[in-house]
Amino acid sequence: MRLNDDHRDFTAMVHNLVATEINPYVDQWERDGFFPAHELFPKLAAQGLLGLEYPAEYGGEDAGHIYSMLATEAFGRVHGAGIPMAIGVQTNMATPSLARYGSDDLKRRYLAPAIAGTAVAAIAVTEPDTGSDVSALRTKAVRDGDDLVITGRKMYITNGTQADWLCLLARTSDEGGHRGMSQIIVPTDAPGFSVARKLDKLGNRVSDTAELILDEVRVPATNIIGTPGRGFQQQMQQFIVERMFASYGAVGQCEYALERTREYLLHRHTFGKPLASKQYVAFTLSELTARVELLRSHNLRVVEALDAGEDIIRLATIAKLEAGRLLRDTADACLQFHGGVGYMEETWTARFFRDARLASIGGGADEVMLQVLARQDGYPID
Amino acid sequence: MNIVVCVKHVPDAQSERTFNDSDNTTDREGVDGLLSELDEYAVEEALKLVEASEGEVTVLTVGPAGAADALKKALQMGAHKAVHVTDDAIHGSDAPATSLLLAKAIEKIGTPDVVITGMASTDGTMGVVPAMLAERLNLPMVTYASQLTIDGSAVTARRDGDTASETIEATLPALVSVTDQINEPRYPSFKGIMAAKKKPVETWGLGDLGVDAGQVGLGAAWTKVDSFAKRPPREKGEIVTDEGDGGTKLAEFLASRKFI
Ligand SMILES: Cc1cc2nc3c(=O)[nH]c(=O)nc-3n(C[C@H](O)[C@H](O)[C@H](O)COP(=O)(O)OP(=O)(O)OC[C@H]3O[C@@H](n4cnc5c(N)ncnc54)[C@H](O)[C@@H]3O)c2cc1C
Repeated sequence: MRLNDDHRDFTAMVHNLVATEINPYVDQWERDGFFPAHELFPKLAAQGLLGLEYPAEYGGEDAGHIYSMLATEAFGRVHGAGIPMAIGVQTNMATPSLARYGSDDLKRRYLAPAIAGTAVAAIAVTEPDTGSDVSALRTKAVRDGDDLVITGRKMYITNGTQADWLCLLARTSDEGGHRGMSQIIVPTDAPGFSVARKLDKLGNRVSDTAELILDEVRVPATNIIGTPGRGFQQQMQQFIVERMFASYGAVGQCEYALERTREYLLHRHTFGKPLASKQYVAFTLSELTARVELLRSHNLRVVEALDAGEDIIRLATIAKLEAGRLLRDTADACLQFHGGVGYMEETWTARFFRDARLASIGGGADEVMLQVLARQDGYPID
Repeated sequence: MNIVVCVKHVPDAQSERTFNDSDNTTDREGVDGLLSELDEYAVEEALKLVEASEGEVTVLTVGPAGAADALKKALQMGAHKAVHVTDDAIHGSDAPATSLLLAKAIEKIGTPDVVITGMASTDGTMGVVPAMLAERLNLPMVTYASQLTIDGSAVTARRDGDTASETIEATLPALVSVTDQINEPRYPSFKGIMAAKKKPVETWGLGDLGVDAGQVGLGAAWTKVDSFAKRPPREKGEIVTDEGDGGTKLAEFLASRKFI
């Protein structure tokens, strides 16, 4: 797939928005450990950025998947990875199932405000006792007349302190394992819902991550997204979109970090010459640039496969794996070649280094990606 | 209400701007160009006025082929149609020639209710085109508006000076130039970018406007750049070493530069 003028104009628009509406505030938000999603999201929505692929009927743009890729890549220039992560939760993690399987009524009440940026969404899957193994989750939603009564705890939930609603995965029957789960929309103003605590993190500090408590939270049974009992399968589909989001973002973040590092090394002298003239330094960075370009090509291949309606599990799994590794390697090299100043909080590399570490854990750890791949290839692993 | 907004494609101030060696005109090829930031305010104001009532915003530019980018940006922001005046003979035109071309083009478009311009271009920064254009079109003119309202057949504008703000009223049709205080220009949205491709852009040459090649271009210019020189690189600062008399030395240095 080749990029055209529309694509370039679109990317330029997002870069502009990042430079004027986001980056000037990130340092403050990082110190606060919180960014005001209810203020930022409407601005993104005004540009169409929260509903690119969603139907115009609900306020979306009916755009091709390529625009999601470009937007996510462009958000890689935000000076704190927690912001794109929070945006990604809104657009690629908490809403795809609702858009795909949800009833018209649910979409009007929850998807449309999310696209308009007036409601903040969160995805609540992980629990204190289980993350990688989604089939072990315990949160229960018990039917009571026309309602569901939900009890359980959710952990590490992005946008957790400010979300207006959750796309929650819970057990709606006692079948166990992959069976009997449903995706349920839970408004956070429902009695019984509370934020146990806001979590203190290594990186992505600009984004709020929370532990949530559901204590007999009552929602109408019609808040189930799609087919009751198919929640696990629907969530697995939703995870695939999430993985690609991670990969698109990694390309943007790494490209920007390498640009900034090169700029610094052209001006920093050691032993009488710019650091950029040291072959070891230049080659290390060029190798990373090559990997960024390869991942971008891979991402474009995914866009084409998606447009052709092909199954992308394998491609997305590979993309997510490489995204995590590439971010870690890039963050490490950028910090290393900055030297002491790179270790200082006042230099962007310190935050980037911390933020970059998440990609190999969140949205499915590297090892989980490897497990999927190895199984696909017939390795008899457990 | 129909509005014509005059916009200029200028070299990006972020890049290294220079002149052409051959004729001392602004280099518009070697650097990235964009819609002059000061003109974005004019486009935004026009869009707001039309959105509040009805009518169309036409953006107009005079410039080489690349200037079409400035029109595209304005169309992406929401302008309805565009006119691009371009001709090899225009190269090197100064403010009088530019205002002549703009005036002829506006007459051909059909004189609108309001002509809006930025307060100056970010490259030439002379800021005289609006006045010349108003004179040629025989329109009342209000410059440097930081607030604008249109009511029936009158336009009211506020001009902010250093010591006072004045409110000025003019009858329509009129020409208004606006400052960077008047609004917050919007970004093109996804819809805007997609819609812009389908909007009409007309390209007119000198012949279409009935302007003679001798009236424009470098040859007809009232002013021209005789020579140019790069600003010398900044000199290294002076380091004052404190040997007990640091304060005195600093004071002497500042006094020698007439700071104290
Ligand atoms: C900042 C942040 C934001 C998050 N946001 C959200 C959110 O919004 N919503 C949400 O639901 N969750 C969220 N998560 C949770 C995230 O998805 C989980 O942390 C992740 O899936 C890993 O689960 P876990 O933490 O329970 O680790 P565990 O499952 O306990 O795994 C620990 C480690 O064991 C290894 N491992 C796991 N399985 C295997 C295996 N099969 N083979 C070999 N090694 C293995 C991996 O190295 C893994 O990192 C977030 C996490 C963080 C840190």
